[in-house]
Parts: sequence; C-alpha cells; structure tokens
Amino acid sequence: MLRVSLEHRFAGASLCVAFEAPTPGVIALFGPSGAGKSSVMNAMAGLLRPDRFRMELDGVALERRHPEYRGIGYVFQDGRLFPHMSVRDNLRYGLRRGGVGPVGFGEAVELLGIGTLLGRRPRHLSGGERQRVAIGRALLSNPRLLLMDEPLSALDQARRDEILPYLARLRSVLSIPIVYASHSLDEVTRLADTLVLMQAGRVVAAGLLTEMAARVDLPLALRDDAGGVLRGVVNSHMPERGLTAISCGADFIWVPQIAAPPGAVVRLRVPAREVILAVENPRGISVTNILPAHVVAMAEDAAGHAALVSLELGGGPLLARVTIDAAERLRLAPGRQVLALIKAMSVDLSE
Amino acid sequence: MLSLRVAARAVGVGLPLAVIVAVVLARGRFPGRFVVNALVHLPLMLPPVVTGWLLLLVFGVEGPVGAWLAARFGVRLAFTEAGAALACGVMIFPLMVRAISLSVEAVDPRLEQAARTLGAHWIDRFLTITLPLAGPGVLAAAVMGYTASLGEFGAVITFAANIPGQTQTLPLAIFSALETPGGEVVAGRLALVSVCLALGGLVLAECLSPRRLK
Repeated sequence: MLRVSLEHRFAGASLCVAFEAPTPGVIALFGPSGAGKSSVMNAMAGLLRPDRFRMELDGVALERRHPEYRGIGYVFQDGRLFPHMSVRDNLRYGLRRGGVGPVGFGEAVELLGIGTLLGRRPRHLSGGERQRVAIGRALLSNPRLLLMDEPLSALDQARRDEILPYLARLRSVLSIPIVYASHSLDEVTRLADTLVLMQAGRVVAAGLLTEMAARVDLPLALRDDAGGVLRGVVNSHMPERGLTAISCGADFIWVPQIAAPPGAVVRLRVPAREVILAVENPRGISVTNILPAHVVAMAEDAAGHAALVSLELGGGPLLARVTIDAAERLRLAPGRQVLALIKAMSVDLSE
Repeated sequence: MLSLRVAARAVGVGLPLAVIVAVVLARGRFPGRFVVNALVHLPLMLPPVVTGWLLLLVFGVEGPVGAWLAARFGVRLAFTEAGAALACGVMIFPLMVRAISLSVEAVDPRLEQAARTLGAHWIDRFLTITLPLAGPGVLAAAVMGYTASLGEFGAVITFAANIPGQTQTLPLAIFSALETPGGEVVAGRLALVSVCLALGGLVLAECLSPRRLK
C-alpha cells in the first residue's frame, strides 16, 4: 500500500493532496498541466519539502529521509541524462549507488531495447532513446518505488507509441510500484491500475482505473475519448474466423486475432461512443459482441446532447455514450437490463 | 624559473580552495554569504600594496597567524618564497573564484537533483556531476590565475620583499633592472618573456573556456 498526504503553499497556489493505492501496480496521477502532479512527484522524491507531508510505502515511513536515501527512482520529463557520461555510465550511476536490485544491468538493457546505445553520449540519442535510458537508469538504482513524471510528453506520437509497449512490459515484469504522472488519457488507460484524478492542486477522485473510467460523475466521462477499461485473459484463438476470445469475468469478448498466447492478461479499452445499447436481441447484425448488462448510473453531458451510461457487465464496469433521444426511446434508467453491443474492431487491446 | 614556481604554488594551493568557495557562493544560500563574498573580492578592489601590508600584519613574524605558524611548525612566510606564493594566491583568488562560480552556475542543478534521486550524497554529486561539468571553467580559471600570478607585483614586494633568488619574481626583476643604470636590455628581455607568458596563458584559457568546447 502506498499512502501519501501533503499540504503545501506556493506563491499564489496551494496543494492539498492525499491518496492511497495498492502496491505493486501503476498509480497514475492524471490531470491538466498545473494541477500539481509534478509537485507531488517532487515531494515524493524528496526534492520538494512541503509544509506538511506524510508518505508511507508498504508500512515504511519515507517522508523524513533525504532524497538520496529514500530509494525512489525518478524518471524526469526531460530525461536529465548526464551529458558527460556515456549511456553505459549513466545506467551504472544508480547501479553503483543503490545496491543490487531485482533487475540486473543486462535485463534492464534488454527490457528497454537499449543494447546498441551503450557506448553513445546522450546528445547523440533521439528523444525516445533518451527516455528509455532514463527509465533504465532509474530502474537500476534499485528503487522501492519508481516515479515517472510525464515521461512521454516531450515526444511526438510516433515516439510515444514506440515507448508505451516498453512501459507496459515494465509494469507486467516488475514488482516495483510505479507512480505515473500524465495528462494523456490514452497513456493512463493503457498503463494505470489506480487512477488519482487531480485538478488545481486537489484530488478530485481516486480509485481503481476500471471503476473510475466508467463513472459518469467525473470529468473523465465528458471527454470525447472517454471509455471503459476491462481486464481479461486470453482464452482461445479461432484462426479460421480470425478472432481471439478474451474472457472477462463471466463474459467472452471477441476481438480481431492477436498474438498473445492463451492465459496472457490483457486490458481492453472500449470507447464510450463505440458502445451500442439494445433492449432486445438484434438479428442480422455485424456486431460480434452482444453482452448482457445493467445500467448503474446515468448523466447528461454539459451541452445536453448525449447521455452517459455507466454499465455493469459480467466482466466489469463499462461506459456508453448515446444520444438523449436513444436513451428516452429505450427508457434507460438505473437498474434497467440492456444488451451492450461492442464491435470487435472497436476494442483496443494492450498488454 | 622562480616566478613559475611561485605561481604554481599559488595556483596549486589556491585552486582547490577557490573551487570550494565558488561552489559555496554559487549554490549556497546562507546568512553571511555577503560577508564571504566581500572578503573574497577584497584583494581585487584594494591597492595590492595594502593587501600585502595586511598580509604582513596577519602572517608576518609578529602577526597572530605568523607567530603561531613559527612557534608551532617553525614556518616563516614573510620575506620567503612561500610568502611570495601566498601573496600571489590571495591576489588571484577572487579571479579564480569568479571564473569558477560562473561555470558552476552554468551546471544545470536539475542534473544534480537527478543524481540525488539515484543515491548520490553531496560530495559524490559534486565529484561526479558538478566538477566534471564545470571542469573546463576550472581549468580556464587555473590558467588565468597562473598567468596573473606571474605578473603580481605590489602584494609580493610588500609581503615578501624583493630578494634575488628567493622572492624576486619576474615583475620584481624587471623593476630592479630598470632601477639599475644600463639595465634596460635585461629589463627588455624579461619584459618579452613576460609578454609571451601572458599571451600563452590567454590563448590557453580561451581554448579551455566552456564556450569553445561546446
């Protein structure tokens, strides 16, 4: 368990934040720029000394320790590789000082795909390579907790897509808890287990990502890219139909065939605007997944055009966005049994 | 030769101290910072003769520190080669501190923070991050200090006097030669040496400056 609570006054702004999250796992601090994410990270690393601060990780109080003895790896937004050292020496910097951890030099290099870069200087690396080295350097310092402050925000979309799989792999391979600050919902839904929603120095809401993503009372649901997140396990492949069956709780969800072997844990993201609701079983329809669900909660968006519907499926909560008109025609209300129609092509899978 | 040796001793002892003071001044925020700053820069503002005389008061055989050094270690600074080095060292100290301060301030403190999260305590951070990154500036400061040492006159003649073979550095020798009837030729030759040394120092300092290395 990670417990953090802090209060701090800056000139013209104040920060008052408290959250707790299960460990290991990825805890995402999500919010717009200026929400105070970096300040929380700096306080956790010990680089900022808030007026009031408590931090406890798995029963160990850390707030009184100096940053160098806190055992927290920090991946900065701007990488901060040491320019006068090679990639290899950068990686070894933490290794020499943090003691031998669960991740060895070779393993980290392989995990991050930076084997060919070891002899180079940081200024000869691309932005994506630099961030991978920075992650490796933090990882090798044998941290009890890894902080990542918008590690991808300085990169373009192509570079992000290049690094995200590495981060997803880190999450599944490591047992080190990770706190990940980001203002990108895409990154957060692909990586986080716990979501801490921040705005203007306060925590708006915190909880499991799967539950938070389907809530209609949070600003998240109003976003165009809002969507539910389900956890599933690869059940079987059907090569003759080009499909893979993922079991989510009691349900099966079919997706276009993937490479992951049966038994692999995956997360499925289903955009809210891609979910179709029906009250009776449709026939002669291209949709592959027709799943029974019941309505948990409903809300209208600010403009009054769309209804946000929080659903409970056999495999977890999901969010749907339909027109107000459709909601009235189907007489949607909390408790109503419906069918959620999800196109196989609309499901976004990640490790 | 004597001049080169005196200047080397002045830089050798002065440089590490200058690095420490420069880092303290560049990074530290503490009460009394202004006093340290003023004290370091005093020799730059005072007439060198005054500096030499103050040194004589403090480090002279009768002075508090001088008497203690003599009694405790049997070391005498005033009117010796070591004294000439001390006078030079004090005179070039502000120059070196300024140059090093600038290059230490140019080192991104966020890199030091990063080193800190990786488990490096402050001496470790200083030796592995700050000093290597400020290195060219420190070298340039040493070269500049060395060259300036060679030319120091007022403080040396006041504190260490003008004893041929012991404390008679290059500028003092030129001065003596000029005082001697018919010594212009000797003075001219010495002046040429001194111009060459100064130019060499300036060129070397320029080559080492961080701007050029980037």
